[in-house]
Amino acid sequence: MSKAKGSLSVNGVSLVYSAGEKSVLALDGISFEVRPNEFTVIVGPSGCGKSSLLYIAAGLTDATSGHIHTGGQMVTGPGADRGMVFQAYTLFPWLTVRNNVGYGLKRKGIAAAERQKVVDYYLGEVGLAAFADHYPKQLSGGMMQRVAIARALANDPDILLMDEPFGALDSQTRHTMQRLLLRVWEHAQKTVAFVTHDIDEAILLGDRVIVMTARPGKVKADIRIDIPRPRDPEIVLEPEFIAIKRRIINELRDEIDETH
Amino acid sequence: MIRKPLRIFRSDALYAEPAFVKPMNNKRSLFQTFVTPFGDIPASAAMIAGAILWIAVLGAWAVATYGGYVRDMFLPVPDAVVRRAITLAADGSLFVHMWSSIKVVLLGFLVSAAISVPLGLYMGTYRIVQAALEPMVNFIRYLPVTSLVPLFILWIGIGIEQRITVIFFGTFFSQLVMIADEARAVSRDLVNASYTLGTKRSEAVWHVIFPAALPGIINTLRVTMGWAWTYLVVAELVAANSGLGFISLKAMRGFQVDTIFLAIVLIGLLGLISDLFFRYLRRRLAPWAV
Repeated sequence: MSKAKGSLSVNGVSLVYSAGEKSVLALDGISFEVRPNEFTVIVGPSGCGKSSLLYIAAGLTDATSGHIHTGGQMVTGPGADRGMVFQAYTLFPWLTVRNNVGYGLKRKGIAAAERQKVVDYYLGEVGLAAFADHYPKQLSGGMMQRVAIARALANDPDILLMDEPFGALDSQTRHTMQRLLLRVWEHAQKTVAFVTHDIDEAILLGDRVIVMTARPGKVKADIRIDIPRPRDPEIVLEPEFIAIKRRIINELRDEIDETH
Repeated sequence: MIRKPLRIFRSDALYAEPAFVKPMNNKRSLFQTFVTPFGDIPASAAMIAGAILWIAVLGAWAVATYGGYVRDMFLPVPDAVVRRAITLAADGSLFVHMWSSIKVVLLGFLVSAAISVPLGLYMGTYRIVQAALEPMVNFIRYLPVTSLVPLFILWIGIGIEQRITVIFFGTFFSQLVMIADEARAVSRDLVNASYTLGTKRSEAVWHVIFPAALPGIINTLRVTMGWAWTYLVVAELVAANSGLGFISLKAMRGFQVDTIFLAIVLIGLLGLISDLFFRYLRRRLAPWAV
């Protein structure tokens, strides 16, 4: 197990939850290691527990057995060292865009002047400097998720957990967001664990794609994506990209057939 | 394999039309907008619609009294109410009674809110607090306050404390339950997001749940303020020596129906002012939710 800052190790994580009378095994002995600054994407059929895995890493859900360590520290609860971007819109409606992005820094007791600098930098990164004094409800869905990304990064977490952050967006906006995330990530150099069910998105973004089985979720395949960076969204048309995509689809096909 | 450099991100391309922008629509007739569910109407139409009912009610009153259809012992002519207001204002007693009522309502309401807001937040946030309070609170909530008044008089007497107690009992328990509901309705995602940004569990109630529930809390206070005015009259009718309810009861004994009307109108106006105040408070404290 790596003790390096930004490393993530998942060791035999299982999750059982009770649904009425019976209990359901959602995750079954998941193990993998993520290196610092690695962009890992987790794909799997819906209901395979990939989001639950992220919630366990964030400390928002307790694993039934197994452990997750980040930077050598065992996860026992949520913490500012693991930032998260959710699929649902989670900006604080009572705070302006600026104060949303500065929220974590304020909690840490960072002085206002320093906070302002960091907030301005990340608002610039996501292209929303002009919207600093708007309230979230005045923004579109894509803009809200950009603020959510800026808010998570401004807090300078060791690891960024992203749970289908673009799942609720239309496909045009999603493509723009993927490009934005790639660019911001290349600047920020963070370990990212990104959950999605969109295979194109997984290959475009990831250094590596972990394919999960249908419930109970297990690691089915772990595929390295050696497409060099910076990546242009048009690589989705390249043979190399299509070859990887075919492989992932094949891995997923059996799983999806089983659940439908 | 990859040749093209990453294009510079043009953020302008994403500037979607925010959801609150309303399209200009001149194609529909005014009548069509009136019968469209949730349709917007011009401000002038709203004012006229609201004025019509007032004119109808006041007009019916004027016709019934000036036309001699109803004896003025039961229904005063409108100008008698105005004249009564001027007489009572001239000797200052009107303001004494108004202030007496306002003081009771405000004190009872403030004491109630000062406890119900924090306690309601904890009740909505922590199941254990809810489990401890709810059975008792729901029992007391459905007790008619009027049934407790004899007890209050016996225990507390007929001073201002008794009236404040009536207001408190009339508002507190429902206020508590409604504020707890507001707190409970706060999105778990917001709380989870705050945890991942470094908020401690113990901080979430004041840093996340309170601000998120604030618009609903102010609304609850606005609605329960109306109940406080209702219980004021109950309290003053039974035991008081000043206040609008008191002069109303005294007027009944002297067949001064104009004074009764004056008291009713004033309580209505004071209620309206407190309602407007809470709307203003909501705009000031929760501009994001307007």
